[in-house]
Amino acid sequence: MKDEIKLMKGNEAIAHAAIRYGADGYFGYPITPQSEVLETLEALMPWDSTGMVVLQAESEVSSINMVYGGAATGKAVMTSSSSPGVSLMQEGISYLAASELPALIVNVMRGGPGLGTIHPSQSDYFQATKGGGHGDYHLIVLAPSTVQEMADFVALGFDLAFKYRTPSMILADGIVGQMMEKVVLPPQRPRRTAEQIKEQCPWAVTGREGGRKRNVVTSLELDSAVMEKNNERFQRTYREIENNEVRFEARFTEDADYLIVAFGSIARICLKAIEDARKEGIKIGLIRPITLWPFPYDAIRDAARNVKGILCVEINAGQMIEDVRLAVSDSVPVRHFGRMGGIVPNPQEVLDALKKDFINK
Amino acid sequence: MKREDIIKPENKVYSRPRLLDDNIMHYCPGCSHGVVHKIVAEVIEELGLEEDAIGIAPVGCAVFAYNYIDCDWVEAAHGRAPALATAVSRLHPEKVVFTYQGDGDLAAIGTAETIHACTRGENIVIIMINNGIYGMTGGQMSPCTLEGAKTATTPYGRRIDLNGFPLRVGNVVSILDGTCYVTRQAVHTTAAVRKAKNAIRKAFLNARAKKGTSFVEIVGTCSSGWKMSPEKSNKWMEENMFAHYPLGDIKDTDKTE
Amino acid sequence: MKDEIIIAGFGGQGVLSMGKILAYAALENDLEVTWMPSYGPEQRGGTANVTVILSDEPISSPVLDTFDTAVILNQQSLDKFESKVKPGGVLIYDPYGIHHAPTRTDITVVPVEAMEATIEMGQAKSYNMILLGALLKMRPDVPVEAVVRGLKKALPERHHHLIPVNEAAIRRGMELVH
Repeated sequence: MKDEIKLMKGNEAIAHAAIRYGADGYFGYPITPQSEVLETLEALMPWDSTGMVVLQAESEVSSINMVYGGAATGKAVMTSSSSPGVSLMQEGISYLAASELPALIVNVMRGGPGLGTIHPSQSDYFQATKGGGHGDYHLIVLAPSTVQEMADFVALGFDLAFKYRTPSMILADGIVGQMMEKVVLPPQRPRRTAEQIKEQCPWAVTGREGGRKRNVVTSLELDSAVMEKNNERFQRTYREIENNEVRFEARFTEDADYLIVAFGSIARICLKAIEDARKEGIKIGLIRPITLWPFPYDAIRDAARNVKGILCVEINAGQMIEDVRLAVSDSVPVRHFGRMGGIVPNPQEVLDALKKDFINK
Repeated sequence: MKREDIIKPENKVYSRPRLLDDNIMHYCPGCSHGVVHKIVAEVIEELGLEEDAIGIAPVGCAVFAYNYIDCDWVEAAHGRAPALATAVSRLHPEKVVFTYQGDGDLAAIGTAETIHACTRGENIVIIMINNGIYGMTGGQMSPCTLEGAKTATTPYGRRIDLNGFPLRVGNVVSILDGTCYVTRQAVHTTAAVRKAKNAIRKAFLNARAKKGTSFVEIVGTCSSGWKMSPEKSNKWMEENMFAHYPLGDIKDTDKTE
Repeated sequence: MKDEIIIAGFGGQGVLSMGKILAYAALENDLEVTWMPSYGPEQRGGTANVTVILSDEPISSPVLDTFDTAVILNQQSLDKFESKVKPGGVLIYDPYGIHHAPTRTDITVVPVEAMEATIEMGQAKSYNMILLGALLKMRPDVPVEAVVRGLKKALPERHHHLIPVNEAAIRRGMELVH
């Protein structure tokens, strides 16, 4: 059967993909530029088709704690928001990580700090990849650059979250959230049955059925010796994720004299700059980290071996560049180019920045 | 008469509820939590809900409620229990979900979650122990601290001009259309314990019957925080707390409809 | 084939929906397509614009600096985007409310009296479809039939009775280009 190609916004694709994944619940609060996620879910009324619960909460604080409650019962639950709302969620995200609960959080970033702008940004890279809330934890962070990836990463995010019992995040931005393009939605999967949840998540709080020992989901441990052991367990999981789950896309790197590292929708703007540069005889390669955590350090190190310079293009003041520098140390000059406050650079600006930094010095 | 002659099943007058664990409670002498835990355990057992009850524990003295009452629990972030309960109840409508919170947790940091769970009429039970103080963190003022009461953060007594008025949460949630039952009880006498137990039983039955949100406020003591003996605490509660927080049903849609 | 298009005007003039219908038409015609709007409060009366890219190859950047084709509905947008049309490109605009007409000579400038035609037709809401017709005449990226099929997908079902009116407006717009 030919896959049905649809045209929709990235935010809408997230909503459709969540239903088709067989997600059990979505809890969210409106905020530009991602409100279409909740709006689309409410319009599609999945409670009548798959039985998925959709609820507009009173705040992002409440949304993430609904996710925490739902995740504790072994259900596949998610929320979405944009930067200021995701700041509010950090407490709950830390609890999810500490309680080793799977959940999916979507951040369609806008420019900050503060209330900032509603326009696209990538200025939550640090928040998403370095922890965000309190305590030593990581989220698995996926950075979509197309509407298709917005749809695909819902399933990937949930699957990784359940595989490692840790929350994962789709770190998108206003461009890929608001733009429409073609997408092939995944086939409808059934929601997991109560039996499947019991088998997959024996820790889940589902009521002490059959007189089993009670399940308690908590992040509290007042005995520091035990809490240290808990932390060691979390860290082992993170090392395992680092070993197994690094994802990236490499383009034109084989013969490149220069390398651009960019994630999300900006990587596409860079790709256009790279295409234009090739017409001028300038050979630039692109590494697009797909997992921002775990970060593709090795891929960047390998791709950097024969280049004269690396340009990190981000719509922020320079955040991912720290990880790129960690990857290559001082072996090759690394520069940042970005705009802030919701301004999106165009391909020409990217190319001009690369020329200024490395060619017309 | 020998000891063995007395200890016989036929002479037994009281049993610890089956769902109340052997774990030694961390509550202070004179604290109301122990009695309310016992009531909750009894109600869950008597209603046959031990496989269906899911508790949401707070941050505060009752943070370890999950160590004592033998049902499944999630331990919430501070004040967020009604949000968790909302999701658990919506995702598992066949279960009976209850939160167990204090006034510091529910009436301060958790007001938004409480008011919106109640206004949506979530089919859950909210139990709030109101002892007018933050017990666990060392006796600071809570929204429910009475005027003039000395706490770690109101060392000269709560002043209305500085700290505002003590919050009657039960009255606040009673005006919300989603609540079906709002009551204020205490557990300082045998009679009061019986009434409180009836209230909690009714609340659990309401949740099972999907009538909306039931809110049970229990005015309790905090001997450690109040710096009084358990006996004096009870007396002080009767004289002062009950004046501001009068006991009895505030709302019962069974009776008004 | 690749056409990088900017459509710009006031919020409420149907800028975003014109782009959307074009995007759906491209989908119907098996082209690659991106539709990138300016979003937020701008849609409610400020200036609004949308970048639509149609191509028979995969599209990299949905955000552009220069365009093959511009459809301009007000003075602010003309001021902003006239210089962004690539040499040899096409600029379609409605002279209604324009005080400073385009001056470039290295591009094809196409005035389309869309507001006048809208008033003649008595269909205020099909203003943007007249301009879309003009665009399709200048840039036959997709056949009108695909646009009509696109309309069915872009419009909610309750507005499907308006499709014949919209089609008429598109054809009127095509006639306005000489």
